[in-house]
Amino acid sequence: MSPGPLALVLAALLAWLAIGTLGLARARELVFVSRVLFPVGALAGLVLAAAGVIALGAPAQALVVPLGLPDLPFHLRLDALSAFFLILLGAVGAAISVFSAGYFRSSEGTAPGLVCFHYHVFLASMALVLLADDAYVFMVAWESMALSSYFLVTTEHRIAEIRRAGFLYLLIAHVGAIGILLCFGVLQGGSGDYSFDAMRAAKLAGHWPSVAFLLALFGFGAKAGILPLHVWLPEAHPAAPSPASALMSAVMLKTAIYGLLRVSFDLLDAQLWWWGVIALSLGLATALFGVVFAAVQTDMKRLLAYSSIENIGIIVCGIGLTVIFKSHGKTLLAAITMTAVLYHALNHAFFKSLLFLATGSVLHATRERSLGKLGGLIHRMPWVAWLALVGTLAISGLPPLNGFVSEWLLLQAFLFTPSLPQSFVNMLVPVAAAALALAAALAAYVMVKFYGIVFLGQPREPGLAQAHDAGRLERVGLVFLAAGCVLLGLFPVQVIALLDPVNEMLVGSTAGRGVAQNWLLLAPINADRASYSPLIVFLVVGAIVLLTTLLVRRFYHGRVRRADPWDCGFPLQTPRMQDTAEGFGQPIRQVFEPFFRLQRQLPSPFDAAPKYSARADDHWWHWLYLPIARAAEACGRFFGLIQQGRISVYLTYSFVTLLVLLLFVQ
Amino acid sequence: MTASAFLSQLLQLGVALLLAPLLAGWVSQCRAWLQNKSAPSLLLPYRTIHKLFIKDAVVAHNASPIFRVAPYIVFGAMCCAAAIVPSLSTGLPFAQAADTIALVGLFALARVFIALAAMDIGTAFGSLGARREMFVGFLAEPALLMVLFTASLISGSTSLPTIVDSLAHRDLAIYPSLAFAGVAFTMVSLAENARIPVDNPATHLELTMIHEAMILEYSARHLALIEWASALKLFNYSCIGIAIFVPFGIAAGSDDWAAILGAAPALAAKLAIGGFVLALIETLSAKMRIFRAPEFLGTAFLLAVLAMLVHLLLGT
Amino acid sequence: MAAGIPFYAQLINLFAAVLLLISFAMLAQRRVLSLIDLFAAQGLALALSTAVVGWGTGQSHLYWSAGVTLTLKVFLLPFLLYRLIRRLDVKWDVEPLINIPTTMLVGIVLVVFAFNLAAPISNLSSTVTRSTLGIAIASVMLSFLMMITRRKAIPQVIGFLAMENGLFFAATSATYGMPMVVELGIALDVLVGMLILGVFFFQIREQFDSLDLKHLEQLREDE
Repeated sequence: MSPGPLALVLAALLAWLAIGTLGLARARELVFVSRVLFPVGALAGLVLAAAGVIALGAPAQALVVPLGLPDLPFHLRLDALSAFFLILLGAVGAAISVFSAGYFRSSEGTAPGLVCFHYHVFLASMALVLLADDAYVFMVAWESMALSSYFLVTTEHRIAEIRRAGFLYLLIAHVGAIGILLCFGVLQGGSGDYSFDAMRAAKLAGHWPSVAFLLALFGFGAKAGILPLHVWLPEAHPAAPSPASALMSAVMLKTAIYGLLRVSFDLLDAQLWWWGVIALSLGLATALFGVVFAAVQTDMKRLLAYSSIENIGIIVCGIGLTVIFKSHGKTLLAAITMTAVLYHALNHAFFKSLLFLATGSVLHATRERSLGKLGGLIHRMPWVAWLALVGTLAISGLPPLNGFVSEWLLLQAFLFTPSLPQSFVNMLVPVAAAALALAAALAAYVMVKFYGIVFLGQPREPGLAQAHDAGRLERVGLVFLAAGCVLLGLFPVQVIALLDPVNEMLVGSTAGRGVAQNWLLLAPINADRASYSPLIVFLVVGAIVLLTTLLVRRFYHGRVRRADPWDCGFPLQTPRMQDTAEGFGQPIRQVFEPFFRLQRQLPSPFDAAPKYSARADDHWWHWLYLPIARAAEACGRFFGLIQQGRISVYLTYSFVTLLVLLLFVQ
Repeated sequence: MTASAFLSQLLQLGVALLLAPLLAGWVSQCRAWLQNKSAPSLLLPYRTIHKLFIKDAVVAHNASPIFRVAPYIVFGAMCCAAAIVPSLSTGLPFAQAADTIALVGLFALARVFIALAAMDIGTAFGSLGARREMFVGFLAEPALLMVLFTASLISGSTSLPTIVDSLAHRDLAIYPSLAFAGVAFTMVSLAENARIPVDNPATHLELTMIHEAMILEYSARHLALIEWASALKLFNYSCIGIAIFVPFGIAAGSDDWAAILGAAPALAAKLAIGGFVLALIETLSAKMRIFRAPEFLGTAFLLAVLAMLVHLLLGT
Repeated sequence: MAAGIPFYAQLINLFAAVLLLISFAMLAQRRVLSLIDLFAAQGLALALSTAVVGWGTGQSHLYWSAGVTLTLKVFLLPFLLYRLIRRLDVKWDVEPLINIPTTMLVGIVLVVFAFNLAAPISNLSSTVTRSTLGIAIASVMLSFLMMITRRKAIPQVIGFLAMENGLFFAATSATYGMPMVVELGIALDVLVGMLILGVFFFQIREQFDSLDLKHLEQLREDE
């Protein structure tokens, strides 16, 4: 085995598998599993991330492992693209593992050791997806990723709803896998060689590259949650335990992005501009759809799941723009856009896992997922609340945190489009930029709702007074992720310089030299055109805040008197009178009414026990999924006719089949 | 960064900080005149702020630190924004650190914090105000961004001083796209500064207020900072409008101090006219129902998008 | 960018933009009276742009057509419409069939479509102001859209008149105006059309006690 980063990566991968197996061996020993195995897994994650950082700068390493079928050895390869996503997997995975060490306590549902096994196999298979260098390994890893995550989703398998969510997830994952498989089939171009090297070399004629791209978009889109294949996300994420949701949302969705990038920029040698237009429009539709739905959710994990759909939409829209630039030969602009895409993928991994883990802590402390029954937790759980605030500000795209950096880069990229020769694309772009800005602004609405209702205000239920803060290990995980958000926000220039090898590999140009004016200033093309320095902004805002505080104290005073809040002359106020999640989402529900399938139940004036309920459902269920389900059912019923239950009838079927086949062969 | 540039930066920040309450006072004075009322003193905002600073702060029992930190952050964000927007000259070294997109981001930062602070106490009013504020903001923010993008497309830069340099110091040319952007910008400014027809700064009637509902729980120095920040916001928006639509008179660079000081009367005149127009609009229009606001802002947003389109389509 | 174009052409571009802006404003306007004011403003922009084209290209007959536009579209037609509304007593808000932001969104799509449609024609044209052809087509389409989305009769008539404005603008900006005879003919047509429609309104109201066009749906034959 060759030394170097690839060896480190493989070591981490094997370590995860070993940890998983150990967990399986001592399935019921909670202390051993949570205090020993998960922290060791976290270490392996850090090793993986470090190996990724080394590999980013190093040339690609390939390895053939004689595993699997006799004629089909495993091809592995570690290049810049894989390395970047391995860093993402390793760093975020490590934080989630540390958190999980403190999180998994009770042993209801699946045994802790079993969860540990699924969890680490999940991690290892994601790493293998990123390393795969032939379609065979890729699909094996992809499927084991889907299966292990399915088992994680159904950890609480005694609840019927969760089993249903898991089934839906598995179904769509497999529909997507078929798309990917077909895509690889097209890519090998009739050579019969399924290694990625052969696919790079294959020259596809006519429309075949487009077919391959569309299949990849479909297949990986199903995993990533692009419209209309998003339906599994808001079901599966709330069903899974929080660390698993964090891992799925933060990392697994990114493996789909990785696959899309791998196919469209590495395996296909040329891109067509209309692919970009398709990806751009799909991405924007997904982003807007996701964020509008997030605004009306009442379950905090569903809300975050929809927000993941939004972020994936933004990433896919960026990929579309990159394709447009690349197809017109503007590699520098493509590199800037690609930087935005990668940066946003990294950012989303950090802040989304932070928020999912925070909901996990809240869930543990209160046993409550519904937003309408939470509130005021900042007093009971200050650690979780303050760290979640960092995630909230980051995901809302506010300077100087990390969400803003990628948004900034992407918007800058949009502003460069007038240099394109095609007037149609030119006109599409302002509309796209506007939609992106709208989605970003709506994200702030959603996150204010999320944070304000969960952590601020007064507790809506008396039971919340007993809520306790997260344990020490959980805090470590949260602090790690929050620090990541802050650092990624304050030092974009350094991060972008790290990303350069990926740009070089995918679009043949580097953004880093252009983007980084000096170590402080982020400036694509040149500083006259646009520049941004989060560190300076942060320091200046901080300095003004400090100075103002000091001056106010110096010239006036700092006296504070505590009193009851103003009750508008109505003394009977209860915490239940605060805005609920429904209330906060109501304006969005009203403005975007056509987006939803609304079911509302209003009480009549004479109800003794008035009850109000409103459900905002997804149109896609009724437009796409239910018809398909109904058709499948009808098919099944038709074929059910031949099911007689008598063994002799079945034997007759077999016999007739045999006769017909013999007739054909003859 | 030269000393001269640094001085020009400090001067403009100082001008913004000191003149902002005056502008607010001027607008309310004009409004009173137009409505045939006896006008309050021009210096009333200063006195209010001073009075509020003297008083003891009253904070609700269950307020978290977010509630007490928010006014400072809002104020800091608005100061930061004031340091980006050229008022007298384009010699703003800080503008390199934050361009127009960051400017919109700073406004959003302030908005998010004030909304969170409003939800912190947990009264019905606070969360109602927060919800409405975010509701107005989610359309106003992208609209503002699109207006700024139109100017960026014309001048090929997202940095405000560069935009002003290229718009103010050139041959006479008419940009039709700016007509659209101007209308959109006016509409957004009205909404963002809590003005009629979207909000009414002078009301405390539950059903209609947005901004005032959010800051209902604030008192004393916290309220003073918020009031000052609102005045700064109005000043910033006015200066953005001036910078994009009537940039003539703003000095280029930071070396020619005669030009910088000469820009002061022009700025004063433009602000006075702008303030009067604002008062006029407020007097002539009626407050909308809250659910007409998205229609109003949606129109502004689409007009701003059209401005970008027109720019690309006309090729000028 | 803009520096290479003569000043009068820039002015025409500006008027074109104003024309489009007013078309969108009409699309977003709920009140009938404001709609008429906007129509008058559009007429004014049209008259001014015609005059500017005349001034820039030195074709004096365009001044005449600007004058005709001014009297007809800024004074006479709005006056007639105002009178009509007073007589019919229909000052209510216009209720759009689709909500306004959606209408505007469709409008933006139409603008993009119109420009792509106009691009090849503009390239053939040799005039300096050819890029305004797209705007003219767009404002015709927007007026059409307004007619589609309104329920009441008067806004529909205004939409019809605004459509003619767009056509007129296309003629002046792209080809420096039509022959005077044609223009006068069109102006007369519009006037007569307006008068006939006015008579119709009275008839409709006699019949249904309302100007809501959904009542006309009753006129179809039920099998």
